[in-house]
Amino acid sequence: MIWQLDLMILTLVVICALVVINLKDLLGASVVFGIYSFLMCLLWAEMGAVDVAFTEATVGAGVSTIFFIAAILKTTRWSKD
Amino acid sequence: MSREINEHTAGEDLLIKTSVRLMVPFIQLFGLYVIVHGHYSPGGGFQGGVILGAAFILLAIAFDLKISQKYMPVTVNALFCNLGACIFIGVGVLCALVGGLFLDYSALDRLLPLGEIEWHSFGIFLVELGVGFTVMSSMILLYWNLSSGGAMDEGL
Repeated sequence: MIWQLDLMILTLVVICALVVINLKDLLGASVVFGIYSFLMCLLWAEMGAVDVAFTEATVGAGVSTIFFIAAILKTTRWSKD
Repeated sequence: MSREINEHTAGEDLLIKTSVRLMVPFIQLFGLYVIVHGHYSPGGGFQGGVILGAAFILLAIAFDLKISQKYMPVTVNALFCNLGACIFIGVGVLCALVGGLFLDYSALDRLLPLGEIEWHSFGIFLVELGVGFTVMSSMILLYWNLSSGGAMDEGL
């Protein structure tokens, strides 16, 4: 465990989370959410939890992003509020 | 096989079609590897099942929902879903029936004497196989329903 690397990835995770909440474009938000999942995967792999990181990479960054995009294309792309 | 795919989706991008056609077998092979090696390396039934399902989702994105339903028909998909759950429950109940606890793999040694340590390894492999089948078909079904609004006739 290298705490400098942890801190860097955690900062990026927080930035990604804030961007996901504040973005009005839903397609862009789902893509940034995929980046968030991948950064969480990096963080877990760096902390030694390889199995959790593998699950996050397949489910979080892979399939759930596809599901979000498939759901968004059935609705409108921009959020109304 | 390749000629049929080209006839179904004339006018789409050749680059995507060709690369997906090359990638899908290797993705499936990697998914099977992750399931089979799940009990002594990172990975397992859930992750391998998601990778196997992602191969068919990739096929449905790059071509059409019809093409992915040709290689994984809806009835076969439902069969895989139930088969996986039945394998999981069946192994557990079988362990209880031959005298052990639920999912106590070492009890299966009385059924087929391979050694208790070997049955620990083989029993968790059977359970992982069941989990992989169920997760694969659930992921494919989720994508089919999400991308077609529940009609499962045409994709994105």
